[in-house]
Amino acid sequence: MSILTGTSTSDNGLLRVRRSTHSPVYTLIGSLLIVLLLSIAPWVVPAEWATVLQNFFILVTMATMWNLLAGYAGMVSIGQQAFVGLGAYATLFFALKGMNPFYTIPLAAITCVVIAYPVTFLLFRLRGGYFAVTTWVVASTAGIIIVNQGYLGGGTGKLLPGMPDMNPTSLQHLTYLVTGGVALIVVAATYFLLRSRLGLVLASIRDNEISARSSGTKVTSARRLVFLIAAAGTGAAGAVLALSQTYLQTGNEFNLQWAAEMLFVSMIGGLGTIEGPILGCIIFFALQQSLAQQGAWYLIIFGSVAVAVAIWQPRGLWGAFRDRFHIELLPVGHWVGDRKSETTDHRSMLERLNLKRPKKPSN
Amino acid sequence: MIWLNVVIQGVLVGGFYALFACGLSLMFGVMRVINLAHGDMAVVAAYVAVFLTPHAHIPEVWAFVVVAPLFGVVGYIVQRTLIQKSIDRDPFTTLLVTFGLSVIIENLLLEIYSSNGQIVNVGELIVKSWHPQTIIYISYVSLAVLAAAVAVLGLLQVFLSKSGTGRLIRAVADDHEAAQLSGTNYRHIFGIAAAIAFATVALAGISYGMMTEFAPTSGGVNLLFAFETVVIGGIGSLWGTLVGGIALGIAQQFGAHINPEYQVLAGNILFLVVLAVRPEGLFGKKTALA
Repeated sequence: MSILTGTSTSDNGLLRVRRSTHSPVYTLIGSLLIVLLLSIAPWVVPAEWATVLQNFFILVTMATMWNLLAGYAGMVSIGQQAFVGLGAYATLFFALKGMNPFYTIPLAAITCVVIAYPVTFLLFRLRGGYFAVTTWVVASTAGIIIVNQGYLGGGTGKLLPGMPDMNPTSLQHLTYLVTGGVALIVVAATYFLLRSRLGLVLASIRDNEISARSSGTKVTSARRLVFLIAAAGTGAAGAVLALSQTYLQTGNEFNLQWAAEMLFVSMIGGLGTIEGPILGCIIFFALQQSLAQQGAWYLIIFGSVAVAVAIWQPRGLWGAFRDRFHIELLPVGHWVGDRKSETTDHRSMLERLNLKRPKKPSN
Repeated sequence: MIWLNVVIQGVLVGGFYALFACGLSLMFGVMRVINLAHGDMAVVAAYVAVFLTPHAHIPEVWAFVVVAPLFGVVGYIVQRTLIQKSIDRDPFTTLLVTFGLSVIIENLLLEIYSSNGQIVNVGELIVKSWHPQTIIYISYVSLAVLAAAVAVLGLLQVFLSKSGTGRLIRAVADDHEAAQLSGTNYRHIFGIAAAIAFATVALAGISYGMMTEFAPTSGGVNLLFAFETVVIGGIGSLWGTLVGGIALGIAQQFGAHINPEYQVLAGNILFLVVLAVRPEGLFGKKTALA
């Protein structure tokens, strides 16, 4: 920190601190272009492709939330399927009450937050592996409670009622756009969240929790806030999952496989980067589509890649790429840059800093 | 008398949970690793017993004689390669890697042996039971598993407290860097602990296959029960594991007696209550929580 503040106000004017490695205008234009292309996709590409893209959006939403939880706040949860299921069943519950299922998405997110809040008081007594497996027990408990509600379909499942009365193609397009919209909101919200004060707090906890605590960071409240946000986002993903599947079954909605997929795509893409989970999802669906005929083999291959990445390339594919080329599409940190040559090679910058450092006064 | 039966059945299934959990407890106690592939390793052992040992002309009942040592070797190798590598990174990586292994193993088994249920053939023994009372049936297989659990835990206790290797394991569990300074190769000791853990998980997997039908997906739910057993009993206490298993078994049987749907729920509730009231477990030390 002292280095940063020291250089940004340094009178030689050689160095400056900035977020992006390139002009943010490019990022904005690029993002708008991708959003536009994805929005018109269902009218252009075959219907099967649109379905794959829709599943892609759902996984991006879940993985981004899992990454916020594990990659930024250090909470490895293998129980996030609890919120997928609760979000989906909240949608079913409100739809059974006569609401339009599309309007229930925010309610599903809020329901998940309301349920997650008391759970944090139990979970936050635990760390690491204890925390991870307890989230799983919580998810298992939530699944059992829901399966025993005959009103919500019990073990046999239930069809989501009250879908708007329109022709199937338009309904499909609407579902597609809503699913994509949720993914966009979640990714954008995560991006701005990490650039906010909370992002700074999370970075300080990640780097050194004890010194963060001792300088007054409210570690537990920051963690709780992140857990609740992740619950809301995952719940919204569950709600759109319900919209796209329309037939809900606890065995599917509360499946541990959701947690496995969130974890794998985040790991392969790169934990602790926003781009990572999205890249991971792209790889996941490319693999799934090309190995669709071979049953469960895509999960076996994908799992092996994830294990290999965790051991040999713990920063993930995007992390490795970023470290190599110093490119960040969605920057949430800061770079120390050279004012003259516009280079962002931080290593040479630090060397320069060392050279410029005033000599200690000798006694 | 109905309630006595509930308790007896709980104790019997609890013995199995303890046998299942002791490997998990050992690996967490010594290496601080939660092996999320633990349940799936047990299922692999059961599949090996059903499909591979008959090729070696060994009856399935005696498969454990071969499979347990084999799993010991596998455990040593897996520990020295994959798990040690991830321990060297950080505790976070061990969770990711073992969870990855779990998904890989489960799907491989699905691909190779399909999702059909299998059973370890123990011949006539499966239907035989001790019948001391009108409504109390004590299956010989369950009784044998309970006896095996007590024997394994007892042997482990003696091994850890009396033998030289056991002392090294305890030293490494306390502080592996200090043990290293005194000339112990802690990585080798970690390997031995993993070998023991894997051998016990092989026993547990084969016992499971004798008691009930299993499928590639059986690993997950059993890992959940094993973990609940460890937490209820308390990390680092072997007899705590036995008590934890029995407590979980009785809770589940009580739940199942009220409504078959509540079997797992009752166990989960006991687990959550223990965590809320006494997070270090019934017999654990506070330090294990760090």
